[in-house]
Amino acid sequence: MVAKTLFEKLWDIHTVCNLADGVDLIYIDRIFLHERTGSISLVGLDEAGRKIPNPEKVFCTMDHIVDTYADRDDNTSMPDGRNFIETTRIKTQKAGIRLFDIGDNQQGIVHVISPEQGIILPGLTLVCPDSHTCTQGAFGALAWGIGSTETEQALATNVLRLEKPKSMLIRFEGTCSPGVTAKDIILHLIGKHTAFGGVGYVVEFSGEAIDELSMEGRMTLCNMSVEFGAFSGLIAVDQKTIDYVKGRQFAPKEELWEEALNSWKDLNSDHDATFDKEIVIDANVIKPTISWGTNPGQSISFYDPIPSPEDFQDSNLKSAAKKALSYMDLKAGDFLENLKIDAAFIGSCTNSRLSDLRRVSKILKHKKIAPHVRAICVPGSTEVKRKAEEEGIDKIFIDAGFEWRESGCSMCFFAGGESFGFEERVISSTNRNFEGRQGPKTRTHIASPETVAASAIAGHISIATKMDADQ
Amino acid sequence: MTGFKTVISLAVPLLRINVDTDTIIPSREMKQISKKGLSDGLFAGWRYLNEKNRILDPDFVLNDSRYQGSQILLSGDNFGCGSSREHAVWALHEYGFRVIIAPSFGSIFYKNCIRNGILPIRLQKNQIDKLVDNTITIELKSQKIDKNIDFDIAPADKNMLLLGLDDIDINLSYSNKIEEFEKSDRKRRPWAYLT
Ligand code: SF4
Repeated sequence: MVAKTLFEKLWDIHTVCNLADGVDLIYIDRIFLHERTGSISLVGLDEAGRKIPNPEKVFCTMDHIVDTYADRDDNTSMPDGRNFIETTRIKTQKAGIRLFDIGDNQQGIVHVISPEQGIILPGLTLVCPDSHTCTQGAFGALAWGIGSTETEQALATNVLRLEKPKSMLIRFEGTCSPGVTAKDIILHLIGKHTAFGGVGYVVEFSGEAIDELSMEGRMTLCNMSVEFGAFSGLIAVDQKTIDYVKGRQFAPKEELWEEALNSWKDLNSDHDATFDKEIVIDANVIKPTISWGTNPGQSISFYDPIPSPEDFQDSNLKSAAKKALSYMDLKAGDFLENLKIDAAFIGSCTNSRLSDLRRVSKILKHKKIAPHVRAICVPGSTEVKRKAEEEGIDKIFIDAGFEWRESGCSMCFFAGGESFGFEERVISSTNRNFEGRQGPKTRTHIASPETVAASAIAGHISIATKMDADQ
Repeated sequence: MTGFKTVISLAVPLLRINVDTDTIIPSREMKQISKKGLSDGLFAGWRYLNEKNRILDPDFVLNDSRYQGSQILLSGDNFGCGSSREHAVWALHEYGFRVIIAPSFGSIFYKNCIRNGILPIRLQKNQIDKLVDNTITIELKSQKIDKNIDFDIAPADKNMLLLGLDDIDINLSYSNKIEEFEKSDRKRRPWAYLT
């Protein structure tokens, strides 16, 4: 038998047939929607008089527009948000789609709750009109973001017509130093290989450093595959994957579980499989990494100076660096350390799961954030929030001076509602540092939740020391 | 969607890399559950000095009087990266753009273009630089710019654009194959189905 990559196996399992000119008809197992872009697909289908034949495979959540204040309701700080919420509710109900609504204890950010509820499973295809759907590739599943019209297609026909992306292996040799997290690994990769290094590829992450990551760490890593430009990210299935999935609400049970285990055994790349491209990274050299510019490719180690436009050969990268320095109000050659911050944000589908909050709580315990800093924590799901509260983590955050919110996307992105201030500098556990992403002219530095917490305490950009984390 | 016609127009040079979809249409401009009414918010963060009052920034290239009515946009690597929002394409289309030329594109954005009557053309940077400030002719059928520069596009994408086909109808024409697949797949992967 010919050796295959994990990606090729997943592709073949889901190929209904080959159409002309390298296009394949690919079967879609699960579809996730949210009130911001999913609502448009549902309205579009309705207007066209199309039906959704298999609503049982479709799920929807309220995460993007809904407020994250306590006692929230359908009114939103985002202008006209209520319309999205109400329309989503009406349309999902009409179509028979399971909605995780406001007040539902399974509500949360789509890419957090899909794994949490066992909706994503190894070996499945899952699409969602949201680019960070690649998060779920951590389960050895092919999960990727699509547009709203493509979503209509998947909803109405259960298939998509696709050209097969190329495959890339990113192999991490050795293990990471203590204090280096999944977020640092992915920022390091994108910082070295640009925000478009992965365009056209499905990237598989492998190596000892990846084996060692928890499932939640793997999700953080895969979450930012799209920030690398990739079609999606993937990690092979191992015992950790299976242990995570077992017993979750929508995961198979009993006999079906046994059959599933059987088909998941093979969800890895054959050792002699060939990839279209390979990148090898020495995990030992990865340091806590932080973005300095306005795309995730503009990220550096905490210990390195901010680059100068002259450091880039490519004229595009050069002019991008120049613009970024000006937008971020930074000087080449300076260090990120000691850069005063105005706000700290822990949340988003990248880094707001229980393990993230647990690690941060160790750093925040018995500490106070700097008085000039506004700090906010938004748990990734209502369940994460509830479990954190059971462990008393909320108290630690609140005592340190953090706001403790209801779950949702919140200030990961600015949609006309809540935002960080004009030219405010924010250290953020999110995934995008684009201009204006968190507010008009807001300056975002993305980093691990540990770095966010340490910076909030210091009042300037700072990393957690071993002492902080061991307390 | 009507089929793609030959475009003859001056090209607007927005020669930056990594122009993301948040920039093309900021979230705050996506106010309605609709694919229409978005062109006003196109590049809002760059186009307006004062977004509220819609006071134009004269320094932004789209506001340059020479480029009014232009249907072609030139840009840098990774155009349309970031968020999957199809609004970016709807806004560009409504504004009047029919062709975007860049060395590379965000992959979701590229697909969204094909579905919405915009032709995304991948071209080397040095070739793009030569197109600046010229009135150029784009013919999809022959895959040529100004009759002499060839560009690549997948045949299926080309067909969709030329004929303005509907995705769902195309997929449904394979209904028999899909049903057959489901039947045997249910035996192979019973655990993957929720009913
Ligand atoms: S948390 Fe941020 S990145 Fe994640 S789905 Fe929500 S808006 Fe998108």
